[in-house]
Amino acid sequence: MGTFHQNKGELHGITVVVETHGPEVFVGRCDTVTPQGVILLDGDRHSDGDDGRSKEEYLRQAAQFGVWKKYDRLMVPTAEVVSIRRLSELGA
Amino acid sequence: MPYSPLLVKPMRDELTAIGVQELLSAEEVDSFMNQKEGTSFLIVNSVCGCAAGMARPAIRVALENGTRPDRTASVFAGQDLEATAQVRSYMAQIPPSSPSMALFKDGELVFFVPRHRIEGRDAEAVAKDLTDAFEANC
Repeated sequence: MGTFHQNKGELHGITVVVETHGPEVFVGRCDTVTPQGVILLDGDRHSDGDDGRSKEEYLRQAAQFGVWKKYDRLMVPTAEVVSIRRLSELGA
Repeated sequence: MPYSPLLVKPMRDELTAIGVQELLSAEEVDSFMNQKEGTSFLIVNSVCGCAAGMARPAIRVALENGTRPDRTASVFAGQDLEATAQVRSYMAQIPPSSPSMALFKDGELVFFVPRHRIEGRDAEAVAKDLTDAFEANC
């Protein structure tokens, strides 16, 4: 038995990784993908080198255990987005 | 705002019907976790349809097939707040995730399934991960 979500697209409710053209990467639960950008809930943002961790190291840890929520809501502008993929697609 | 207990009850029942013990307070969590010998499987149940809707059937399949942990219990995130916080205190290095599942062996965490490893997968695939972990550790 599940719960009730409006039809917000196939990634709604799924934990995703949003890669950008810059050093930043975003991880969070996808709410919607709009023409303006990707809206993530309960997410985190990491810039290459933050906390002494490369982007790759951050994503490796995220794939294993998830991320600590730092933002209730994040919006990644479409112009910055290179890719959106499920966090589960990254090898843990 | 928490979901209605009436809405949540069937989601609790899915697990209790297969012998999963519900932990409703921090004291009950401590009592469960203090049984360190052998294996303990702890489930953070959740309303979330994107993942929990697959997690519960996966748990049933895994527990009904072959090797199983010595003890199995659950807390309900967003409902049993004190119990859920206490469970998370035993996994303080891991970001909160619901639903999620953890297997402890002799008091040590040996296997963890966060929410994103459940999302978008079918129950059989998640059950296979659990079965493999049970066979390796139980």
